[in-house]
Amino acid sequence: MSAQLPDTAELVIIGAGPAGMAAAIEARAAGAEVMLLDETPAAGGQIWRAVGTAPEARKALLGKEYAAGAALVSDFAACGAHHASGVSVWGVMPDGTGPIHVGVSESGAAGMIETRAVILATGAQERPLPVPGWTLPGVMGAGAAQIALKSGGLLPEGRCVLAGVGPLLYLLADQLLRAGVTPAALVETPSPRRRAALPHLPDFLRTPAFLKGAGLIARVRRRIPVITGAEALEITGESRAEALRYRRAGSWHEIPADLVLLHAGVVPSLNLAVAAGVPTRWNAVLRCFEPETDAAGATDLPGLFIAGDGAGIGGAERALPSGRRAAQAALAQLGREVDPLAAAEAQRQWHRADRGRAFIDRWFAPPPSLLAPQGETIACRCEEVPASAIRDAARLGAPGPNQIKTYLRCGMGPCQGRMCAASVTEIMADESGRDPADLGHLRFRTPVRPLSLAELAQLPAGEAARRAALGDAALPETPLPLPDRSS
Amino acid sequence: MFRRDPIPPGEAVEILLDGQPISARRGDSVAGALLAGGVTRFRDSVVSGAPRAPYCLMGTCFECLMTIDGVANRQACLVTVEPGMRITRQSGAPSLLPEAET
Amino acid sequence: MDQHDITVIGGGLVGSAVALGLAETGLRVLVLDGEDLSRRASRANFGLVWVSGKGLGTPDYARWSFEAARIWPGFARDLEARSGVSLSLDQPGGYSFGLSIGELDGIIAEMTHITEETDGEGAPWRMVSRAELVREIPGIGPDVAGAVHGSADGHLNALRLFHALHRAGAAAGVTYRAHHAVTQIEPSSAGFRLRGDWGQITTPRVVLAAGTETERLAPMVGLAAPLKRSRGQIVVTERVSGRLPFLSAIIRQTDEGSVMIGDSDEGDTDALAGNPEIAALLAARAIRVYPPLARLNMVRSWTGFRVKPRDGIPIYGQSRSCPGAYVVLCHSGVTLAALHARRIAPQIAEGAAQIGPAAFSSERFHVPA
Ligand SMILES: Cc1cc2nc3c(=O)[nH]c(=O)nc-3n(C[C@H](O)[C@H](O)[C@H](O)COP(=O)(O)OP(=O)(O)OC[C@H]3O[C@@H](n4cnc5c(N)ncnc54)[C@H](O)[C@@H]3O)c2cc1C
Ligand code: FES
Repeated sequence: MSAQLPDTAELVIIGAGPAGMAAAIEARAAGAEVMLLDETPAAGGQIWRAVGTAPEARKALLGKEYAAGAALVSDFAACGAHHASGVSVWGVMPDGTGPIHVGVSESGAAGMIETRAVILATGAQERPLPVPGWTLPGVMGAGAAQIALKSGGLLPEGRCVLAGVGPLLYLLADQLLRAGVTPAALVETPSPRRRAALPHLPDFLRTPAFLKGAGLIARVRRRIPVITGAEALEITGESRAEALRYRRAGSWHEIPADLVLLHAGVVPSLNLAVAAGVPTRWNAVLRCFEPETDAAGATDLPGLFIAGDGAGIGGAERALPSGRRAAQAALAQLGREVDPLAAAEAQRQWHRADRGRAFIDRWFAPPPSLLAPQGETIACRCEEVPASAIRDAARLGAPGPNQIKTYLRCGMGPCQGRMCAASVTEIMADESGRDPADLGHLRFRTPVRPLSLAELAQLPAGEAARRAALGDAALPETPLPLPDRSS
Repeated sequence: MFRRDPIPPGEAVEILLDGQPISARRGDSVAGALLAGGVTRFRDSVVSGAPRAPYCLMGTCFECLMTIDGVANRQACLVTVEPGMRITRQSGAPSLLPEAET
Repeated sequence: MDQHDITVIGGGLVGSAVALGLAETGLRVLVLDGEDLSRRASRANFGLVWVSGKGLGTPDYARWSFEAARIWPGFARDLEARSGVSLSLDQPGGYSFGLSIGELDGIIAEMTHITEETDGEGAPWRMVSRAELVREIPGIGPDVAGAVHGSADGHLNALRLFHALHRAGAAAGVTYRAHHAVTQIEPSSAGFRLRGDWGQITTPRVVLAAGTETERLAPMVGLAAPLKRSRGQIVVTERVSGRLPFLSAIIRQTDEGSVMIGDSDEGDTDALAGNPEIAALLAARAIRVYPPLARLNMVRSWTGFRVKPRDGIPIYGQSRSCPGAYVVLCHSGVTLAALHARRIAPQIAEGAAQIGPAAFSSERFHVPA
């Protein structure tokens, strides 16, 4: 494999966001040898993307919270962990009580790292919002636009509309306004059960997030039209987005747009955890599956821990103590001493950061009707499977999403179900009246990222695998006949 | 769809999209550089041939698949630009096996 | 669910093919199936309609497989019309490659044996020398010593076969019930009582087609279906344009453009998680056979448990001690689906004592009294 990566490590952390960096710092302080892998070029994760390299002026425009990430990034850089950037992890393979193998790929070469403990800190992905027209060029996630801004200084050009639900829509609108871009509108599609949040309001009012959030929303509302109470969305256009249409109080309206930025909150990235064998549970408030862990992030699989948004959406502030706690649990498992005071402190931090979430989670919950599309709306983008086909297959009596996948190939394309798993469950739930908790979700398997056959073929293999794959036959000893890359 | 913010840019790097030069900045992802360069259509889908472009910019959606320096189906949002990088759009599935004789 | 004449336990490729065939004879058929993540070879297989190499030592199995391949085109047309699902059946003949002279000689010896044992009634095949291979398959790997080409071998889209059988079954009146795994069967005066954690029903007749679970259920009705554990792993690539210029039992291209690479055989594991070392070797072998594959990306790999009778031969039969109870079980559920719908189901509908060729009888396993 590459010269950069050793093939063993005491503790492997995957993800250089707040959770992963906090975990690395904690584990290093206890003397553990830490390798942190991330596929992006620089530490920061989603919220602090590129904060280490962003010019001061861009940091200023992205706000105080973004700039604050620079401190953690530099603490992390100084902590002595081995940070391998540009490395994508395609599998975490626990072997009962033995070592855990982490499958990695870097610049087109695959390899395997053996370790005794792994912390998955792979964060969240934006929840796909499968509305009509969402596959057109010119439609993106609001998070994608934010990443473009953070990492490349890209600003929307032309008419830009933000639509959906979640605090990120307001945050992004505010950041765009500061950068001199005025979105044409923000169209909000709140959950019909928004009132369920109100009992949690008093708690939220006592958090700093309240003042900050209220100020932000007020600023955005002063500068751009905010249309709230939309019930349905669709994007029209021939070969690219031309307009966002929304239904409000039963009638349709249209806003011309060159760029439509959709958002419906974020959900844990499940692929690595599920492929490793971690069971999931349904979170009915956040309407998503999350991996089963204990409060510190330990899974049932020895040596495997999950921290940050990947364990359950809690935001960056909660991801920090979550990373520390997972590191403490991993250290204990590795037989290293954990300072009880540090453990108590991390727990306190976690609870402090968690205050107010009960309100935010409910207030910004997505309306289920938007998540379970109808008719020809594409649910699986890779295989172009429309919602109607999934509904039809559900009516055949399929027991769950995986049989629908067999029928229709939804989830079998290159994204491996990341973009449609939630929709398949939501559509089945809507069609059959069954609870998503009972239906489950598409199964994810190793490798969670594509590998070229050449890369795969060069992984080392033992005798047992040889017998299983080849029986009595043997492969020739000659070098593999690999074709020239450019041919 | 996108333009760059006015903040002083990093070093310029030239890349080629289907043979046409595009100016990128060191550190850009390929997808970011193409978006900044005014590209809207990144590929045509494998099933219906409909035009597609990046949706997530974080490695999740696989809408940004392109052939980069001869390697098909790479996620343009996860690859950092290099001077002279050759990028080609894919129309349908990449052609990696001999075309059938009909 | 109450108004039916016969219950099929298992909604995989075998159970749904039998159910469809039974419904076509006019019976009211109920299919009871398991959970979304129950073990299902039907959702994990390779999609071959394959004859070459089958039936060494059991000529009836070689003939049965060849017969299946011959009736497939008609069955496929009919099934496509009833279900509206295209199966992409293609029977161009298939190669079995030898990566060394020794391996090639072994393949040729086996094929010769089968021909002798079937008195030449098996599928025609020919030897292909390296020189001929280079002409037939431009780009073939330098390590391939030669091959055998079986004329009857083919493949289809197995996922769509599964879909088509379910859809055609529904159209023919089959009632399909998932979440109804049967854990207990008791003979009763009115036929059989089937139980599970969902409750119980009584059925006049019952067909056991529950894949690997059949082994546990069969003795409850005086049948035997001993299995061998066998886990297979498959590697699948992204869709690519262009065509793989050959079909083989270990490498095939689906009509959608993905290349499937199979398949391993492990007898000592119960785990579901795939093993990257095995995937690596499967990929290495495939690249040695056809080097252009090296550039393709693997997007998925999965494992499945084969339904493998202890002696490899299908197990069919009606119970002597509990008449009205039948077993239909085999490894090659894709290849044999046409026969299960067209030959086996009508025999079951009639109540025949012997189902299929005598050599496949469940009684060969010495049914305990
Ligand atoms: C698009 C988006 C925008 C957001 N914007 C905001 C915002 O503006 N403000 C806010 O407060 N919160 C925002 N959030 C939420 C915030 O990012 C999270 O709460 C916080 O970052 C969680 O930290 P984390 O460490 O758990 O995960 P992350 O910060 O997501 O870090 C995970 C890291 O893991 C890496 N990774 C994932 N999979 C692999 C793999 N297979 N191999 C190698 N590396 C891998 C990723 O590259 C990433 O660097 C946003 C979330 C998303 C998804
Ligand atoms: S834009 Fe989604 S994976 Fe690249």
